[in-house]
Amino acid sequence: MSGRVLVGVKRVIDYAVKIRVKPDNSSVVTDGVKHSMNPFCEIAVEEAVKMKEKKIIKEVVVVSCGPQQAQETIRTALAMGADRGIHVEVTGKDYEQLGPLQVSKIMAALAKKEDAQLIILGKQAIDDDCNQTGQMTAALLDWPQGTFASELTMEGDKIKVVREIDGGLETVKINTPAVITADLRLNTPRYATLPNIMKAKKKKIANLKPADLEVDITSRLEVLRVDEPPQREAGVKVETVDDLVARLKEAGRI
Amino acid sequence: MALREGTLRLNLLLNSRNVYRFNSSVGVRSLSDNVSSKPVTSSAPEIAGDHLIYTQEHFALKKSLRKIIDQDINPYVEQWEAEGIFPAHKIFKILGSAGFLGVNKPVEYGGLGLDYSYSLAVAEELGNIRCGGIPMAIGVQTDMTTPALARFGSAELKQEFLLPSIMGDKVACLGVSEVGAGSDVSSIMTKAVRKGDEYVINGGKMWTTNGTQADWICLLANTSDGPPHRNKSLFCVPMNLPGVQIARKIEKLGMWSSDTAEVFFDDVRVPCKNIIGKEGMGFTYQMLQFQEERLWAVANILTMMENIILETIQYTRQRKIFKRPVLHHQAVHFRLAELQTEVELLRALLHSATALYIKGNDVTKLASMAKLKGGRLAREIGDSCLQFWGGMGFTSDVLVSRFYRDSRLMSIGGGADEVMLGIICKYMDTLPKN
Repeated sequence: MSGRVLVGVKRVIDYAVKIRVKPDNSSVVTDGVKHSMNPFCEIAVEEAVKMKEKKIIKEVVVVSCGPQQAQETIRTALAMGADRGIHVEVTGKDYEQLGPLQVSKIMAALAKKEDAQLIILGKQAIDDDCNQTGQMTAALLDWPQGTFASELTMEGDKIKVVREIDGGLETVKINTPAVITADLRLNTPRYATLPNIMKAKKKKIANLKPADLEVDITSRLEVLRVDEPPQREAGVKVETVDDLVARLKEAGRI
Repeated sequence: MALREGTLRLNLLLNSRNVYRFNSSVGVRSLSDNVSSKPVTSSAPEIAGDHLIYTQEHFALKKSLRKIIDQDINPYVEQWEAEGIFPAHKIFKILGSAGFLGVNKPVEYGGLGLDYSYSLAVAEELGNIRCGGIPMAIGVQTDMTTPALARFGSAELKQEFLLPSIMGDKVACLGVSEVGAGSDVSSIMTKAVRKGDEYVINGGKMWTTNGTQADWICLLANTSDGPPHRNKSLFCVPMNLPGVQIARKIEKLGMWSSDTAEVFFDDVRVPCKNIIGKEGMGFTYQMLQFQEERLWAVANILTMMENIILETIQYTRQRKIFKRPVLHHQAVHFRLAELQTEVELLRALLHSATALYIKGNDVTKLASMAKLKGGRLAREIGDSCLQFWGGMGFTSDVLVSRFYRDSRLMSIGGGADEVMLGIICKYMDTLPKN
């Protein structure tokens, strides 16, 4: 067992920013807009660092795919306690079209290359809300998966995962190596202390291209159009249930 | 949809658990109501590569500090303002553990040994605290009581006072101003008389920020009868020594969450080793750190001024008079544009002064100009913005009225406007010669 954990982190538009669609409806405005690490990725990093602190695993390697700026996201993870980073450089049109399928191929290739024991990802990114990368990565590697994890416990060479599902909580036990995706309540990410921020400067970030991993990142999808959701209209208050039924009938809803 | 239900569930859970929250709705973001309007954001560039003095590490530092502010400080500000005090030991311990109290202090004593631009980044970020009292208290700890000690104190003294202050275990306060001497530091009356291997201190200090909670005071006292700039010394005096009396907590116009004390010293005996550096050098040591103090104050208030302008825009955009938003009246948006312009000018001065300073230049003139402008601009912004808030601006429920009160101190404390003007005139060589 290598004791190595791979954590994927994605650079997304900051959760607090008001999203604007470009006038040509091709995509959202990203230039000059504040970006940060995807919140679920932060939780994934935190979990990995905690496991290292408890000496359950030996090394946390953080991965991000994207242009030069992805390195900032990797640095944030290093400041939280990750040991080293891998920046898979994807730019321009390739980056615009980069999606879960391509990223999961890259993660699978890296997992083999780095001899990873565990992959932890955020359950989904807050920009595309795909919730696919973890599952696809597990499938490509033929590894078990514990998605929407709100609690992780190592039990020998198996992992007990408590999963958040619509009906409540589900507990599964899976073999390692495995893929885990982090849900909101898995932990509370630490803020990077200033000493760790400065230490992170010295940690290594390796640079790779998808071709170096023999991964084909051509997209099978084409975005046709991006629109804002329709403006939310004012609601209407009704006095009785009969009123409600009548109104719904009027609106052709029932 | 599962996600939306999950999100609503999460909101309730998060609000009751006070976990580090992603601003209420994760995965669900508000969209612009008007595609063509530009987003209202802070004007400082976030692109590390282009910034005059800040690197990626500076921005990472600000981000972390902001989390502490949002989680451990801002939710309690209203309460602490009402109580007239904030828990300095608790807050300083949190900040100290994260490394924010010793940014430019020596590594041997728990500091980070970074240059002043990092201290400035901390000062700027602390401006996001929703009052002036707490940043001021932190600034006293980091940049007024400890610089001389860090530079000139003995190893033993630094171990006893500097290290715990950087770690946030000890709260410090500054004893320089007196009832009879503020701007005119050279005329202080507190005396420290050498008796064997002790100094006996008699006198009193005024305007002591953190005074009611502090573990030690960095005290300036007369130690001989020589010329007033060469007869003073700095001491580290524990506040629990017999003879140290906290006379009263002062009721002030603003800065309510910061406890300000009047302290008396009645035959207080302090070991000789508690002197910082050389006897007679106290005045010089204090003066050396003035540039840093002044730049710090400007950095701090700059963020606050910008936040007030942003909040005023938000308020006046939704508040209507005569059927239109207040903001749509030209007098309002034009005035805010003027004020924002001045904020940018002050920021430019601050950053260029800092850039010169970290390269080893003396920036006394620029720092004094920045302090002068900072104090005056804050008063203008407080006054104009409060006017735009109307009746609401006059209530205690809004930030602008607190800012109006808190910021008034900037032209008085840390070097009054008149002192700044005198310094600038000295550099311009316009002062009358004797």
